[in-house]
Amino acid sequence: MKTLLLSTALVALSLSPALAGKAFISNERGNTITVVDTDTWEVLTEFDGGNRPRGIIVSPDGKKLYVCASDDNLVRVFDTETYEELPSLPSGPDPELFTIEESGTRLYIANEDDNLVTVTNTDTREVLAEVPVGVEPEGMGISPDGKFVVNTSETTNMAHFISTEDYKIKYNVLVDQRPRYAQYTADGTRLYVSSEIGGTVTVMDIAEDGAPTVVGKLTFEVPNVQPEWLQPVGVKVTEDGSRVFVALGPANRVAVVDGESLEVLDYILVGQRVWQLDFTPDQKYLVSTNGNSNDITVIDVAAEKAIRSVEVGQAPWGVAIID
Amino acid sequence: MLKYAQALLASLTFCFWTGSAMAVDVRAAVLRVDYPTLLPVSRHDLRAEDIGFAGAALADEDNGTTGSFMGHTYETVTRAVPPEGADAALEDLLGDGIRLIVVQAEAEDLLRLSDRAAEEGALVLNAAAPDTGLRDDQCRANLLHIAPSDQMMADAVAQFAVWKKWGDWLLIEGSNPADVALGAAFRRAAAKYGAEIVEERTFEDTGGSRRTDSGHVLVQRQLPTFMQGAEDHDVVITADATDYFANYLPYHLWTPRPVMGSGGLKPVTMHGAHEAWGATQFQTRFEELTRRTVTSEDYNVWLALRVVGEAVTRTSSAEPEAIRDYALSDAFELAAFKGQKVTFRQWNGQMRQPILLYDGRITVSVSPQEGFLHQRSPLDTMGLDQPESQCTAFN
Repeated sequence: MKTLLLSTALVALSLSPALAGKAFISNERGNTITVVDTDTWEVLTEFDGGNRPRGIIVSPDGKKLYVCASDDNLVRVFDTETYEELPSLPSGPDPELFTIEESGTRLYIANEDDNLVTVTNTDTREVLAEVPVGVEPEGMGISPDGKFVVNTSETTNMAHFISTEDYKIKYNVLVDQRPRYAQYTADGTRLYVSSEIGGTVTVMDIAEDGAPTVVGKLTFEVPNVQPEWLQPVGVKVTEDGSRVFVALGPANRVAVVDGESLEVLDYILVGQRVWQLDFTPDQKYLVSTNGNSNDITVIDVAAEKAIRSVEVGQAPWGVAIID
Repeated sequence: MLKYAQALLASLTFCFWTGSAMAVDVRAAVLRVDYPTLLPVSRHDLRAEDIGFAGAALADEDNGTTGSFMGHTYETVTRAVPPEGADAALEDLLGDGIRLIVVQAEAEDLLRLSDRAAEEGALVLNAAAPDTGLRDDQCRANLLHIAPSDQMMADAVAQFAVWKKWGDWLLIEGSNPADVALGAAFRRAAAKYGAEIVEERTFEDTGGSRRTDSGHVLVQRQLPTFMQGAEDHDVVITADATDYFANYLPYHLWTPRPVMGSGGLKPVTMHGAHEAWGATQFQTRFEELTRRTVTSEDYNVWLALRVVGEAVTRTSSAEPEAIRDYALSDAFELAAFKGQKVTFRQWNGQMRQPILLYDGRITVSVSPQEGFLHQRSPLDTMGLDQPESQCTAFN
């Protein structure tokens, strides 16, 4: 049955050569998902995303869109082709951010209200485990080898390294105030954790067994912008690890950081209150969600320049992009 | 013993990059002095029996969750006493070996308690007293102020008025010492931000009961009369720290104008409807634990103990000296659901924090307002700035 479905999908793909990439944007205030064509950067459509959609990811096979509908206390699931809503997943209360393993089976969800990370099986729609973590869990990152999930807790100010084998915390690393996002490099040797109120990004080297060592801290400085407004949130790293992009919240800028020297090279002016980032799968473009200007900014990754902005729904929060 | 074993186990199991992961047991206290007082004008302002203590309970939970990963435990005892019992209660706490004490008391008692605590090397965190003098010539080296001063609150209101271009103020002041002190803070705020107090009136506190069957009838007749014939003004600013008239003023003016200060739009550190900057999680945690909504005083106590928790987490020490030094250092920062870190003024021990402007339902605005600048931090536009403060205890 599975094979049949797969081959049907392949046929469908091969029959539609004009299939363009799509960016899905969760609009926190508008309760909608905006779909943007990543070739033309035109808005294709906007559909109902549940109440307070925030964290948004696509299944590794690109077929399902998962949305943390925070005020519905569940993960809404949509078909990325038809936008039809599929059966929801249990998430625990107030889900905000999540991450998914490469096989697409296990979804790891941060429950801000309950100091828990919930592990949900996307096939059986069952909760597999609830892992107690620090106060106000938020950021979720998964190591490329799938062995560790990193959760950041906003009031405890830690990155918790949870083993995906036994769901036990193996390491805790203190970081600066209100950690928001955890992002591994593609080779898994490094982890970046942003601290919104601390104004920093903690850089950790990751040993082969997954053990973290703090090796540095990114700090930011923009002329004529009050330091209080330099609030790092979303972080993305290029495939080769050479560039790190950091969304700086109310500073309305995305920092470009050298992944080797950890120096900030540039600040790209984007829309207002920039929150999350995602690359197009070919990594040619980076898209930022700008919550206070209701738009996204498209950044040319090679040129490190903003090339255009696209109006989306009310208070865009997260973005997930597929081919 | 079991707790200790768990903590030990935790410190063995988990790796840290934060210096030592020594087991630390943090013992703190909240000492609340309950003064005889009339009922509030609004039943919404009745003081809960656990006011302040509820914040301590949540802080113990929050700190304890973090502590469980560090091998640190937190236990806060609470004492509510009449004014004449304050000194004895402090002696008990000091006798129990507690050296971290959050105090909810009026300025005079707070100073006496702080001085006694200082003799035993204890750190005191002020969660209630707003007197600007405590941050000025009466400051104490072992006394940190979590509660904002009258001047911070007045400046928060003044900035909003100026942002709105409501530059002409009618100041209505109460007749009790605390009201007069708050009135003085509004006068300084007006001078600081270029607003003009076009007229001042004093609303005498003649005492009497707040509970009558048809009190609103008298209020509706008397207040407009009191307010008539004033100079042209944009806004009515009220200084009623003792809560006997300002809450009556909105809708009972002679000239229809917004009311701010002690009535109408009020400056608070927290309220039960504040949701921005992740505060929703704070609210739901607080409500689940205490079965009521949060007040500023609960938040102040929570914040005081979070300062302790943060310092313990970063220094692995529960010594009052170490906590004070860390809190006053450049390294200290704390997220407190205010959109930016809260820190301490190193010259007088006052916590700097954004102030919420609350209409009784929602956060209307947050000060400091856009455009009010300071060379150090926009938060230092509110309250006594370094050159204005006569405090020398922190030098």
